[in-house]
This record gives sequence, structure tokens and C-alpha cells, in this order.
Amino acid sequence: MTTSPYEHHDYDVLIIGAGGAGLRAAIEAKQRGLSVGIITKSLLGKAHTVMAEGGMAAAMGNVSSEDNWMVHFRDTMRGGKMLNNYRMAELHAKESPDRVLELEQWGALFDRTKEGKILQRDFGGHRYARLAHVGDRTGLELIRTLQQKVVSMSTDVFMECKVLRLVHDASGAVAGCVAYWRPTGEIVTFGAKAVIMATGGAGRSWKFTTNSWEGTGDGHAMALWAGAKLIDMECFQFHPTGMVWPLSVRGLLVTEAVRGDGGVLRNSEGERFMFNYVPDMFRAETAETEEEGDKWYDDHDAGRRPPELLPRDEVARAINAEVKAGRGTAHGGVYLDIATRRSAEFIRRRLPSMYHQFMELAGVDITREAMEIGPTCHYIMGGIQVDADTAATAAAGLFAAGECAGGLHGANRLGGNSLSDLVVFGRRAGMGASDYAEAHQGGSDLDMSEVEGAVTEALAPFERTTGENPYDIQRDLQEMMQSNVGIIRTGSEIDEALSALEVFNERVRNIAVKGGRPYNPGWNLATDLPSMLSLSRSVATGAKNRKESRGGHTRDDFPKPDPELGKINFAQTSDGGNWDSPIIVTESPLLVMPDELKALLEEGK
Amino acid sequence: MTDVTMRIWRGDSTGGDFQDYPMTPNEGEVVLDVIHRIQATAAPDLACRWNCKAGKCGSCSAEINGKPGLMCMTRMQDLPGGTVTVTPMKAFPIIRDLVTDVSFNYAMAEKVPAFLPPPMPEGGYRMFQQDVERGQEFRKCIECFMCQDVCHVIRDHEENKAHYAGPRFFIRYAELEMHPLDTNDRRELVREVMGLGYCNITKCCTEVCPEHIHITDNAIIPLKERVVDADYDPIAWLGRKILRRTKRSATEAAVQPAP
Repeated sequence: MTTSPYEHHDYDVLIIGAGGAGLRAAIEAKQRGLSVGIITKSLLGKAHTVMAEGGMAAAMGNVSSEDNWMVHFRDTMRGGKMLNNYRMAELHAKESPDRVLELEQWGALFDRTKEGKILQRDFGGHRYARLAHVGDRTGLELIRTLQQKVVSMSTDVFMECKVLRLVHDASGAVAGCVAYWRPTGEIVTFGAKAVIMATGGAGRSWKFTTNSWEGTGDGHAMALWAGAKLIDMECFQFHPTGMVWPLSVRGLLVTEAVRGDGGVLRNSEGERFMFNYVPDMFRAETAETEEEGDKWYDDHDAGRRPPELLPRDEVARAINAEVKAGRGTAHGGVYLDIATRRSAEFIRRRLPSMYHQFMELAGVDITREAMEIGPTCHYIMGGIQVDADTAATAAAGLFAAGECAGGLHGANRLGGNSLSDLVVFGRRAGMGASDYAEAHQGGSDLDMSEVEGAVTEALAPFERTTGENPYDIQRDLQEMMQSNVGIIRTGSEIDEALSALEVFNERVRNIAVKGGRPYNPGWNLATDLPSMLSLSRSVATGAKNRKESRGGHTRDDFPKPDPELGKINFAQTSDGGNWDSPIIVTESPLLVMPDELKALLEEGK
Repeated sequence: MTDVTMRIWRGDSTGGDFQDYPMTPNEGEVVLDVIHRIQATAAPDLACRWNCKAGKCGSCSAEINGKPGLMCMTRMQDLPGGTVTVTPMKAFPIIRDLVTDVSFNYAMAEKVPAFLPPPMPEGGYRMFQQDVERGQEFRKCIECFMCQDVCHVIRDHEENKAHYAGPRFFIRYAELEMHPLDTNDRRELVREVMGLGYCNITKCCTEVCPEHIHITDNAIIPLKERVVDADYDPIAWLGRKILRRTKRSATEAAVQPAP
């Protein structure tokens, strides 16, 4: 066993991150009788999962009896512009109904149909009403249910504990990590037979984002440094509907459920502009007129779905184009109107959080007025490359699930597929890591030189008397990434970003922090910045290589998809294993899909 | 907007004091925005806890001008001008500045006996909207712990934390009690160990709830009624006599009114 000069804990399975994926993984490993530790930067139950609003996609067929896993698989692949890991999409579509029912066995209370089954709602890109939900606070229900289950199983949870680096053993396998306690600033090390990365997203490198402070891409970055591969890092989803005003809440999420429940998008001229932006791929299943689209809400057989419910990448690009063409609102957004289309009672019952959010933060009553919205940085489809069945990464001993893993969503994620992703692949990561831990019973020693390297680096900002304020670096980074690697990209701007990031690396090496180690947010940010920079570099590098437009990745200089590039993922590895080491890019061919699954993609085209 | 003085409590468990930061709020800003700007400029080590900045995670609870509130949902323009005082939640031990040690709440969560449904029938459980709605109201809780902070049973009496779960957990017990599927009976526990009797329904918790949960009317009062029913139901009483179940000593203490 490791002899660490610091507080030390050993587990069979160590999980970094306590959102939906991490908690679901913990339940699985606990059920196998293994010892499990969960580390989270925040308090338990505060992870970004709470922000998920609309629902959890699962082809249960409770509302649309025609629905089944095959249609869900097809929708996910088409939504992802075929860049997905087909096996993940297949497992996800097949297993998510069981995961929803499982939550109910653990105490979740979903909204019901008249027959007493779990109610499902319509969402963009899903052919049938498929999202199990609780009003517009489904993520809260998911995390609370999993949290309560984890607590009832007496699992060790290390709260407000920030992981700095993964640590290997002598064989080169991932064998634990080094972290610090935020309340005290003291160092703590963890040894484990298997480590699961479940750290969520990475939107904090952009100025306007739905992500909380935690979304700094720690898991992506640490996995890259530790020897795992990242794929599809250029594929970042800009959610079409974020608040735009007041400025202090710009970027805050407005759930897609507003559109699923009848809300429509209008430009400053009052036009429902989405009818002008229907791509060929979705023309056959999209309404041609407002009348046809409106009929669909009440009876899906009476008309085709309105274009407001196209996948998110299509809607976000359309809004961007309208604003650019001078048909935006005073604050640079467009209107999302549900007030003129649904009763006040309906809106308050179906969208209580949105009602509350606009009323309290913007002074806007959404039952009477339209909302002003615009695209906001929301979700990274790219992430740690994993084996679909076991969630194993390219680094021995390391597993990954949830937003920090890549592959399921391809180039664009459908709304509602994230919550189901968390529980389907959280469980699979728990299984994969447990199998691995059981096969590696010995346990091994941490490489203490890696620990000491990370500790020295983390504490260096205290040693400098002159140096930069980490908040200045963060602000400049967010502005730079927003303008150069935002929703619409172009080669010259990406190159500019990559050179700017070199300068940011220099600035991070010169951070000085004030104050002591206990609960010092300036220092905490200083330790997040290496992840944020590493992540930003990966996204820019991916964007530079993918010379086409596909899903969440739009290149002004390559506006069309390139069929050849649709056959590969760009994979990134680290050359050196430090946060500022060079990135090596290789082409990783997509898995070959069996014919019977290929056939499903053609159906109902 | 006009300038304000942000008067923020700075310190740790050994003591501290107020420090003033002159600020000019921008249109639409909430208290947390202003705190963030202070961190980015004058005081990078100013400790405050936050996550979503959208009123959904319940991390940024503090006392603003003496009243518990989420810093992310309190708009500067809705506060009286001049000086805005921000202090940490009083009922919990200080870690640093605005951050408190809320581990009391996590310890209470561990004591809640788990949800226990009957085996799931083929195709899932059937429940009806009107039956799940009661529990859904309580599951809106974002665990900001402001109801705990404002509850005088623990706010003013640290010693009561040993035998009082507080409003956040009374709504949890009420939720489980009203859950259409749950089979675990926690009524005796709530009365004898969790100190439901200490609550004398002053509704302070309901007033501060950012989710507008009717904590007192919809959870605590019905829970008190159910607990009393369980205790004074003659059939249940007979059952206990026959089974010779003896009450633990906590029983007598728990029914006393709060000090």
C-alpha cells in the first residue's frame, strides 16, 4: 500500500465527480460489494446535473406507442450527424427505459399519464414524445434520487475536494489521484484499483455559457494528461435558447421544453423564421406551414413536427443567422414566445422554473410576454474515448462516463439524451471498473514523484510575490474563446486562438495568489486554469482539423459536411503528460456499424 | 444604478469583522454578481460558495441585510440603497467568510431510513398525478438549507442539533410518508429521534424557502398529525402492548414544546 506523506485513502473504485454519472457508477460498484470513494469539487447534490430541465430520453412508448429503441437509436445517430459511436447509441437506446424505471424504484416521482404511467414529452430531434420528466426540473429529481440512494448505501463522499492530477503506479496504470480539500487547502491522496472519471462538462472557457463554475473540463484534461484519448473535441453544443438580458444572466439556460410544449421562435419582424432553415436531412419529417406544425402538438398524425423542434445545432445556427441579418432584438437575440400560444395556467404548471427564472431575474412574465433568447455554450459532445460496453479508456485503470466521455452524441446531442447518458453509462462504468478492480486485487503504490510534481505546481502561486491575478486570466480566456472558437468558426480565427493559448500558458505559469490556503477562491481558480487551458487547446485543435461543418462544429470557411471526414473522429493524445504538453492528433476511424443497424437509419427518412 | 457599499463579513472560526467594498451595480445584477466582481478585483480570496447562479443548486445561501436569501436570486435593484450587508448563515459553523460548514444537514440525511417500495410489477409502477404531486412539491427542495438556518430551534440553540432534524428533513420525511409506494414507517423515528415536536409552527422556514414550498402547512402539520395518529391509534397501541415494545427515553423529550 502507498505510503503517502499526506492524508491518504484507498478504495477499490474511486469516482471523480458526483453528478448523475458518478453517482450511478458508485451505486453499481457498491452493489458489487466493493469499497467506493466519491470525490467532488462541490457539496453533494450541487453538481451541474441539477440544471438539466426538460427530461430524460427513453423509448418507453408510454405516450407514443410506436416508439421503441430502434427509433431512438436512429434519432440519436441522425441528430449526431452520424459521427457517433454506434455501439454507445445502441446501448443507450436499449437500456435507458430500464434506467428510468430503476430511478422510480429508488424514489423518483416522475409526472404521470392519465393511466398512471410515466409521462413523456416531445423534444427536438426525437420523433416521438420520449422524455420522462418532472415539470422542468428533471435533473434535480435525477440527482436527488441518486444522491439519496448513494447515501442510503453508506458511501464515502469527499466533498469540496479538488483533484489536481491522476497518478499512475509503477506499471503505468492509473492508480489514484492527488487532490486538496477546499475548506483547509490541505493535500490528500487517493489510491484505487480503478478510477472513474465523471467530471461533467467544460463550458467555463466561454463567456456566455449555461455551465456552472465547475465546468472547467477537469476530467477531459486530466484523462488526456494521464494517457487517455480525447475524441471529437471540436463538437461543442451551443444551446439555441439562453437568456440574453439582463447581461448578468446572459447565457443562462432556457429549457427546450418551452418549444416542446408549444413555444415558437420569432424574429424582430414577428416572422416564425425557422421555416426558412429546414435542412434536406430533416425536410421529410418537418412541417411546411405554421398550420401544419400547430396541428402536430395536439395530434402527431395530423401534421409533421414544427421546425422549432429541429436538433439544437440547426436551431442555434438559424438564430445566429437571423441576428446577423439584422432581424434580432435590441439585445442581440430573438423572441421565444409561448405567451400567445398557451394559457398562463398551462405555462405555470409545465414550466414552473422558467416562469420563476424570468420573473425573478429579468422581471419578465413569460405568460404575458415573449422571452429574449440566443445561443449559449452548453455541452461538449467530445470527450474521453471509451469502449461502449465497459467505459474503459485508453489509459489502463481509467474509466469514464457522462459528459466527460465522448462518442454517444457524435457531432450534436439531442435534448434529453444527456440525463439518460448519465445513468446508462454511469452504470456501465461502474460495472467496467468493478470488473477491472476485481481482477487487480493486489493494489499498487502511487508514483510519489507525480504527486509531488502536482503539489509543487499547485502551491507555486503562493510563492510568487508578483504575478497575475487568476481572475484576469479567466476573463480574458473566456472572451478570447467566445470570439475565436464560438458557434461559427473560421480557420484564421482558430489559428489566432491557438497562438493566444500559448500566451495564456505563460500567464498561468506566472499566477500569484493572495491569502492563505483555506477556502481561497482565487487559488482554487488558479488550480482550475490548467484544465481550462488544456481543454480550450483541445477544442481549438479539433476545430482546426475538422475542415467541414457538422453538428455542433460549424466552419464558415468549410460550410458543408465532407463525407470523407464523416468517417473519422479526430483523436488527441498528450505528448508529455503535462497540462501544457503538445497535443498529438490522429485519425480514428468510426466503428463499422452492422447492417441491421444501418437499415434502421434509412427507415422513415 | 447608484453606488452601494457592500459590507461583507470576513473571517473564520476564530473570529472576524465586516469589511466595506464600494461598488456600482450594473443593470440586472444580483448580489452574487457583485460578490464575483469583488473577488475579481479587490479581494480574490473572498470565500463564497456558489455553483449554478440560476437558483437551482442552493449553494449560495447567505444572509443579505439580515435575511436568508440566495445571492444568485437577489437583485441589487430590489434592495434598499446605501449599504448592503452580507453575512454567512448563522445556524452553521463558519469555515471562512460567507462559507459555512453545513455538514449537520448531510449527517441528518444519512439518518433517513431508505425509501422502500414493493417489488416493481412488469412494465413499471402505476401512480396517478394527483398522488405524486404532494411528494413532488417537497422534491423541489434545492437543499439551500435556509429553512434550517432560520429555524429558531437550532438557530438559537446549538444543543438541539443533537435531536432535531429541522424543516429540510421534515419535508423529506413527509415526502416519504406521502409517497404512494413507500412501505417504511418512519413516524415513530420522526417523533422520538428527529424531534418533530420541537417545531411550534412559526412558519419562518416557509417564508424563506426560495422554491416556495409550503413547508409548514403541507409537510410539518400533516406529519405531526400522522405521527400523533400512529401514537394514539388504539389498535396500534394494543399492538405495541401485545408485542411488548417499549418506547425509548427520547419519546418524552420529543413531545415537549420547544424552549
